[in-house]
Amino acid sequence: MGEATVGCGRPTGSVMGEKPQPKGETVTATVAGEVRMTARVGAKAPDFEAPAYLRGKFMNVKLSDYLGKWVMICFYPGDFTFV
Amino acid sequence: MSAVAGKHDEFQKLGVQILSISTDSHFAHKIWEEEELSKMTKDGIPWPMVSDGAGSIGKIYGVYDENGGIDVRGRFLIDPDGIIQSIEILTPPVGRKVAEAIRQVKAFQHVRATKGAEACPAGWEPGLPTLKPGPDLVGKVWKVWKPTE
Repeated sequence: MGEATVGCGRPTGSVMGEKPQPKGETVTATVAGEVRMTARVGAKAPDFEAPAYLRGKFMNVKLSDYLGKWVMICFYPGDFTFV
Repeated sequence: MSAVAGKHDEFQKLGVQILSISTDSHFAHKIWEEEELSKMTKDGIPWPMVSDGAGSIGKIYGVYDENGGIDVRGRFLIDPDGIIQSIEILTPPVGRKVAEAIRQVKAFQHVRATKGAEACPAGWEPGLPTLKPGPDLVGKVWKVWKPTE
């Protein structure tokens, strides 16, 4: 989990363990308007890797790197909003 | 986020790693932390602020709002084995109560420490009696535990 380099693009997170999509084929897992939720209590937390900011530095965070620790993930609607 | 930051010492004592996630870029996180949050908290935000720009993490966790393009408020407590023990999801206008998250951490850690031999009844706080599930307890909970406010 070293420091990430800053490029001009805007990187985003991705869910780990997803099957790679062959080029030219559309994703069929999410039918129009339907979002499948796979996170549920008692089940393994879906792994992901995504860019993050911590104390003046950019980094990549991978959830499974924290195995062995308790983790609390807090989603929130957006920066500059109240909590 | 600043409310959680105010209790970060307590989360640290409990060995809990916090990750905050929104659909903002990590660049936006940097400016928000530097310009605002650092002034609302003692030491700024001491955990990674994760960017979920495409909402792909929010989707799989069931918190992504496609109309707004945002992740709604959702708190997921994950144990050292990577198992989700607790979920709380709210629509945006109401914030979380951090003390409840801490209470749940303590309760789940207690259950884990006893390898599931003890359970924490409603309203449990450290120091209050736990239940020891087993054949002898069936129909006898009233003897060992009284509902409280």
